Amino acid sequence: MIAVALGVDVGSTTCKAVAVDGKGRVVARRVEHTDPRIEQQVERVIRELRDETGAHGAPVGATGYGRKRVPAARALTEITCHARGAFAALGRAGVLVDVGGQDTKVIRIGPAGEVVDFSMNDKCAAGTGRFLEVILGRLRVPFDQVASQVARAERSVPVSSTCTVFAESEVISLVAGGEPLEGILKGLHQALASRVAALARGAPGEVFMSGGVALNPAMVAALREALGRPVQVVEEPQLVGAHGAALSVL
Amino acid sequence: MILRRAQYELAGRVGGPFLASLDGWKRTLRARGRTPRETPFGPPLESLRKLKEIMTAHYFQARYADGAVPVAWVTSGFPVEVLRPFGFHAVYPENHAAMCGVQRLVPGLSDAVEALGYSRDLCSYARTDLGSVVTGQTPVGRLPRPDLLACCTNICQTVLYWYRALADHFQVPLVLVDTPYVYGEAKPHHIAYVRAQLEELVRVAERISGRRADPEALAAVARKAKEGTDLWADCLATGKSRPAPWTGIDGFFHMAPIVALRGTDTCNDYYRMLRDELRDRAQRGIGGLREERHRLLWDNLPIWFAVREVATLLATRGFNFVCTSYTNAWAEAGSRIDPEDLIGSAADSYTHIILNQDLPNRLGILRRLSREYGVDGAVLHSDRSCKPYSIGQVDLKERLAAETGIRVLLLEADHSDPRAWSREQADNRLTAFMESFE
Repeated sequence: MIAVALGVDVGSTTCKAVAVDGKGRVVARRVEHTDPRIEQQVERVIRELRDETGAHGAPVGATGYGRKRVPAARALTEITCHARGAFAALGRAGVLVDVGGQDTKVIRIGPAGEVVDFSMNDKCAAGTGRFLEVILGRLRVPFDQVASQVARAERSVPVSSTCTVFAESEVISLVAGGEPLEGILKGLHQALASRVAALARGAPGEVFMSGGVALNPAMVAALREALGRPVQVVEEPQLVGAHGAALSVL
Repeated sequence: MILRRAQYELAGRVGGPFLASLDGWKRTLRARGRTPRETPFGPPLESLRKLKEIMTAHYFQARYADGAVPVAWVTSGFPVEVLRPFGFHAVYPENHAAMCGVQRLVPGLSDAVEALGYSRDLCSYARTDLGSVVTGQTPVGRLPRPDLLACCTNICQTVLYWYRALADHFQVPLVLVDTPYVYGEAKPHHIAYVRAQLEELVRVAERISGRRADPEALAAVARKAKEGTDLWADCLATGKSRPAPWTGIDGFFHMAPIVALRGTDTCNDYYRMLRDELRDRAQRGIGGLREERHRLLWDNLPIWFAVREVATLLATRGFNFVCTSYTNAWAEAGSRIDPEDLIGSAADSYTHIILNQDLPNRLGILRRLSREYGVDGAVLHSDRSCKPYSIGQVDLKERLAAETGIRVLLLEADHSDPRAWSREQADNRLTAFMESFE
């Protein structure tokens, strides 16, 4: 198996890397928690992928917040890379929602795969993956059980804040007030989804979703409900940015 | 009084220019032996030296103004032309606050007033100014004590409360010029209402300065203000050339005289010089950037503490701000001034400034600038401090993009408080915006 290009996406929460073949298909992948020592982590991940795919001379494309720390032939923002990755996977224009660790982006992809426009959450982490991560940690709900717990909720308990800090204390008081855990989880997802949907306001077209949060079916369902439109999750959503980065050096 | 007046004149004519040249020498000495840095910008403007001299002299002279001449603290949108014939030295707290912003002094000054109970959600100019007043800290040595506070609500309502706090602190009269918000065009009774206030302003100015209003002097200042505005408009218009002979960022700094010295010979002489230099550069094809690949419009105030940083990030990829709605505001404000009827025309002119106009009018200005300057994109600075300028920008962004076909970015920051600025995230948005052109 010979890969011809590598893509690395060093995000705030996870570090993703892929190797692609000559047709731009992902043939090997890595997903790890981002290490504070970015250079060492990236060097190792790239070496592993090269060894695995025999892509010893293949160029590297980098994206994510840590992209400047990656020895890459080309470094591009996640906005451009997610658009490219999603377009490669789906082959059509649309509105891509990427809920990442510290950013939520709504990207309008044009018919040629170009970025037409984008909007992002403001500077705080309200409405991002970190928001869910912190609250789920506080409620001691493992990520893989979230969807089933939300599905069991008989009703939704409204959570008014999307500020990570305020929502955490709000959730603590809801728990202390005897509200059911499942209902609180559902309310949290709805709060986050309404925040994301506000960003996508007015953007016409089919809605796609990428980023690690898209692995959570409860979040996809909440977003679908908030937007009132179908939401298609891009295949291997967490790798979309890294895939786009690899395609940029192909 | 006579001695103080002599000190004041000497400070403006000799002391200020001397300080400025001293500063110039220091810079030259420091630069000696240093290898010139790689820069995406074109050669610096020759006029910059003169600008520094004028502004240093202006602030140095201000130190000796109180006791020598009547002193007025005025808002940026105040019809200062009405005050000048009475010999007032005008101090612009917003201009001063911008200087504090450039020098990153705002967090300290703001902390001082936040401790007194002022909210951090207040405009950072207001916090900076009040902070400077209570702590006495300023990068200009000293600001003269006002005899009059002059505030016009055409830029925001905050100025009213801010100037009331100043009036309470200094125990001096406050003149308020209230301008009704313009939907479409101002109605005749709106202008009559503002005119009546300006007539009252004349009486207050007479009382404080001890001088009678002289219609000839009023007309002379009006002529100068109008000429200065037209000269400033000529300077900005050179940005229509390809490449633009300067950057919008240069414009932010070179606008200081039209704000703070409008209606004076100093202001007009300066802009004549700057206009000639810019026209010459345009003719010879010398650009504000070494290589101008894309032309942008900037909306709202600059991010004073990061203005260079943002411009450099964009300039390294050939993006230049060739026009800004903010600097343009000063090319429009005085254009309606009629020397034959200063009071009436000032009422009309100052009611129609950009921040006092509704969204369709603001969209119209952005659309016109986009077309006239041939821009490929626009950055709308969503300024946490300046609510009147920032409200409606989400709609403006969508409309401007749809109606002109250019790419538009909304960038969140603050005009002078770096605590509302996230460098990494701003960098990421601007970079993604630039990538979308490729």
